[in-house]
Parts: sequence; structure tokens; C-alpha cells
Amino acid sequence: MSEPSARRWDGPRGVARVGTSRLSLGVDRIRCDGRGYCAELLPEMIRLDDWGYPIVSSERVPDHLLDHARRAVAACPLLAIRVAEDGRSR
Amino acid sequence: MTSQWLWYTTRGAGVISLVLLSAVVCLGLLTRLRVRGEGWPSFLTAAVHQDLALVALFFLGLHIVTAVVDPFTSLGIVAATVPFGSSYRTVWLGLGTLSFELGLAVGLTSLARRVIGARLWRAVHWLAYACWPLAVVHAVGTGTDGHSAWLLGITIVCCGAVLTCLAWRLVAAPLDPLAQVRSARLMAGSDR
Amino acid sequence: MSFPSLLDGPDLHGGAEPATSHLARLGLNLLSGSELIDALDQSDLRGRGGAGFPVGRKWRSLAGRQGPRVVIANGAEGEPLSFKDRLLMQARPHLVLDGAVLAAGAVEADQIVLYIGREHSAAADAMLHALAERPARERGLIRISRAPVAYVSGEETAAVQFVNRGVALPMSVPPRPFEAGVRGRPTMVQNVESLAAAALIARRGGAWYRSSGTLLVTVTGAVARPGVIEIRLGTPVAEVVERAGGRPGSIQALLLGGYFGGWVAADDAWDLPLHPERLRATGHSLGCGVVAPLPVDRCGVAETARIVSYLAGQSAGQCGPCVFGLGAIAETLRRIAIGLSRPDDLARLDRWSAELPGRGACRHPDGGAGLVRSALGVFADDFAHHLARRGCTAARPLTAGVA
Repeated sequence: MSEPSARRWDGPRGVARVGTSRLSLGVDRIRCDGRGYCAELLPEMIRLDDWGYPIVSSERVPDHLLDHARRAVAACPLLAIRVAEDGRSR
Repeated sequence: MTSQWLWYTTRGAGVISLVLLSAVVCLGLLTRLRVRGEGWPSFLTAAVHQDLALVALFFLGLHIVTAVVDPFTSLGIVAATVPFGSSYRTVWLGLGTLSFELGLAVGLTSLARRVIGARLWRAVHWLAYACWPLAVVHAVGTGTDGHSAWLLGITIVCCGAVLTCLAWRLVAAPLDPLAQVRSARLMAGSDR
Repeated sequence: MSFPSLLDGPDLHGGAEPATSHLARLGLNLLSGSELIDALDQSDLRGRGGAGFPVGRKWRSLAGRQGPRVVIANGAEGEPLSFKDRLLMQARPHLVLDGAVLAAGAVEADQIVLYIGREHSAAADAMLHALAERPARERGLIRISRAPVAYVSGEETAAVQFVNRGVALPMSVPPRPFEAGVRGRPTMVQNVESLAAAALIARRGGAWYRSSGTLLVTVTGAVARPGVIEIRLGTPVAEVVERAGGRPGSIQALLLGGYFGGWVAADDAWDLPLHPERLRATGHSLGCGVVAPLPVDRCGVAETARIVSYLAGQSAGQCGPCVFGLGAIAETLRRIAIGLSRPDDLARLDRWSAELPGRGACRHPDGGAGLVRSALGVFADDFAHHLARRGCTAARPLTAGVA
């Protein structure tokens, strides 16, 4: 992603880069029991540690991955992962 | 549609529903077992389980609607919606109606899972263990094919598959790797 | 306006200071409500429970909320090396109660919970006794809640969950306690030393604290007179160790901040200022104020193995990364300490400890990871020695049966 990023005015909250949403991933670490569906559905941002628990990128979700992120969130049988504005990724 | 075609559709859709429902239950049990292979990621088991359940519900709907609409049968809406509300083969049919409604509850709560929360969803999902056997009993008891070899054969295969998966689930380790640790630490951290 | 201030007054070993003496010595509170919050902001007082969050900001975040609020005075000192909270409650209960009542007033709370460890009877008795000496209006607001003594019991969401349902284990956030805590109400969880300091600031002002404020440290380990010492903010580590009767020559490293903190090599430690922000700027953490020198005849690897083993056992057991990650780190350290290391052990320790922070519901795994990483740096030579299977150079190496 080396081309200069176009900026767009996003209203009173400030400028956002084109291509990145304001959303990030957050995991409820107590609910999570390491089934790994999220890592299978969003490998660009989630990988599993040695015991199958997710290591989640704290970066904001890029636009082109938003659908995949939502699918990963919907797939979790324990509703342990969410994508939100203050995702507070852990 | 002639009454005969409706009748064939009712029976055919019913059998398909039973087979699909059995597959759904098997996949549901396999989900709990964390089955995963080369080229088959674990989310797929859960995803196919959900998708097949919707297909099963469609065929179930077809089975019920054609049975009610068929002028040859004297079944009305009441029979289809109120368990044991029909005068024709009251018990066998009633079990089917009950099975359908349990399945509907499971299906609807699953669609609304994000809204109702994981705990309520899981509680209702347990009804699936009642839904399937009721469907089997209904299939064998109600249908005019009830004692025909092919239906019995299909039923036996479905039961075999589900019971195998169930047995496997019962002997396998608990799904939550922390099950033992959690309960031990909960005891330690609590008011005695 | 003399130093010391928190522990000023009658002999600390003479039991709790009674209300009459407390009032005679310190007088009444002067500041309250929003004026007190302003003074707290001005003072830059940091939470003394370990996280070091600005106290004024915490009180202010509750003041703007809807509905009745709750204050939890957190005296459940879970860090085994720390004794300051218990001492404060045992010897100066009225100062702590003053702080709690002031906090409740400032954030409009109608309930105060004194959260004390079940096994810390001396502290609880002193607080109960002092409570009986308070005016009826205050007594009506305050109750005592005794939690099982464990490392995670003092975590803020664990305190809330214990008050709510009797289980002293951390919960997932959001919502944080200041948003929804005890019975869903905005809840302040504040360490008892922070409350005591706030009570002094209410009398002497924020500017006083900035210039003459103090904090409590617990010195334990390679010192002749271990115990709780009150120091001025910014006192260097060397002075504290000297006051506790430690000899620099006999110390190889110090544990700063408790098990939740990190190791510092002795030579790097002496000039470090014991001040929450200034210490953080040097890359270390004051935590709950533990300063624990390690003598030269003990093995840093073995000591770290022992501590991490304890921390792994104290995990709430709710989150996979903590249970399995800390567990694996503890097991690997134990093997290294007793001479059964494997070639890739250091690489795995490095990776696992890098993957731990932020992946639990609370900061327990972060603390363990931080301790391990500091050990890998400070005791690098000892680790190399153990890994080359050349045995332990310490006079008292860890044996297989220990930890």
C-alpha cells in the first residue's frame, strides 16, 4: 500500500484514510474457548496461538475486509468476538 | 395439483425432512466434537449445519402445507399447529406437530442469536434433542408407508448415524478446554 | 505539614489510631465535592493499587453519571509481597474511612463497600472498630465485604463481581465499573492508600501533595529491616533500601512493583526515582510499591521460576491464553531452573511472553509476561548458564521438588 492515500473528510470526527473503517475487533476472552472459526474466516487479522486461542490485530479493519470480519463475528458460536467502533481488541 | 401429487409430495418432503434433520443433528454433534480435516475448516461444519437446517425447515414446510391443503386428508390448520389437535392419528401426528414447533423455536432463536444472547440461544437449542426423536417416531407412526421396508430402512440409517455421533460426543472430552480449571478456580474464588 | 503524613501519628504497632486522636491531629476535612476533585487533579495523585490511574480523573468520570453510585474501598491486598494496605487499615483506619466518605460525597454515592481480604483479620477488625466510632450517617452507608485472599481478588472487576455475587474473579469489560458495576450502578474502585492520600489532600490541598506528597512502599527480601516505609515522591531506590537496612554490595537485582512489576539490575536501580510517572518514563513500574532486593547468593532464574509458577496457579482460570500461556511459561522456567532445559526454550519463552499481553480479561497475564521479559534481560547470563546445563551458580538453587 505504497501509493499516496487519498484523504476524505469524514465529518466532524476528523479525517479518515480511504480504505480503512473506524471499526476494530474485540474479543470477550472469558467467553472465547478457542474454537478458531474467526481465524479461519479472517486470517488476515486473526491467527491462533499454540493452544488455539485467537491473537487479534488491534488495527482498524480495512474496508475490503469488513464483510469477512462480519462473517467471522457472526460465525462465533459463543458470540465472543465483536466488531465495533471502540472494539478494544484484546 | 391433483390430490395424488399432493399426497406424494407430502410423503416425499416428509422423508427428505427426516433425512436432512438427521444430517443436521449429526453435524451439530460433530461441531461440538471439533472435527477438522485437511481442506475442511472447522467453521464449515457449523456453517453447513446451519444451512442444512434451513433447507430441512423448507422441506418440512412443504410437507406440512401440502398435507393441510390436500382435500383428501381432513387435516386443517389446527392439526398443523396445535399438537394433538387432529382427530386423525392424534398421537402420531401430534408428535410431528410438536417436533415441528420445537424445530421452529430452535431455528428462529438461531436466526436471532445476536439479539437474544448466547445463553438463551443455547438453552433453547437443547430442544433439538427432543425435536429429532419426535420426528422419527412421527415418521414411523403416522405415515401410511410407516411399515414399508424402504422407510424403515431409511429410518434405521438415520438413527444409526445420529446415535453414532451422539455416542462419540458422550465419550469425547468436554468442548471447553478450561472446563475443569474454571470450576476449580470458581470454587476458590467464591464465598464458602 | 510534617513528613511523614500517611503514617504520621501514634506508634504504628500500638493498634489503630482512635477517632479522637485522628481528629485532634489532622482536624476536619476542608475540601469536598467538586473542589476536592479539582484538588486531586492538581495534585496528580495516582492510584496506589498498581495501575496508577489518575485519581482525580477517576472521580470525575463517575461524577457525571446517572443514578446512584457506589464506592468500593479496595483493601484486598492480593500481592503477597505488599503489606502497606493492611498496615494502613490496621493503624490509620480513620484516614482510610475519611477518604472513602469524601469519595462517596464527591461522586454522590450512597453506598461504600470496604473490600478486605478474608484472612486479613487484623485489618478488618481495625476498620470495623473504627466504623463504630464514626457518625451514624456514615455508618449507614458503609459495609464490609471480605473476599478470599488471592492474587486476582483485588482486581477492580473482581471486587465488583464479589460484591454482586460472591465470586472474586475478574469480568470482561466493557462495561467498566465506572460505567456499570455493583448492581449495574457506576462504581468507583479505589485503593485504600489512594483514599487515605485523598483525605490528606482534602486538608492540605493539591499543591501540597505535588511538592510534599508521600507514598508507601513495602521493602522485603535482602534487607535487615523489612517492612512498610513511607517515602516522599521521587525518593531514589538506594535511599529506601538503605533505610530498610540493605547493603548494596549484597544485592544483585531488585523486583520493583511486586510480582506484577519487573526485575531491575542493582546497578541500574539505585538512582531510579520512586514516583509513578517518573518511574514509568524510565520503563519501569511502581505498581503497588513493592521494592524487593534479591541477594547475590540466590538464583534469579530460580526466583523467577518460583514467582511465575505462583502467578500461573493464581490465574482465575477463565481465559485460555492466561491459563495455558502462563502455565507453559511457568513449566519451561521450572525446567530451566532445575537444569532440564531444551535448546529452543528461550525462543519459546520470548514468543509466549510476547503473545500474552492484552489477551486475558484482566491484566494478570500481562503482569506475568512483563516479569518474565524483565528476567530474560536482567538475568541473561544466568539463563545462558542454565541453558548450557552448567548448573546453577547460586548457593541455594531450586530443587526439582520446589515450586
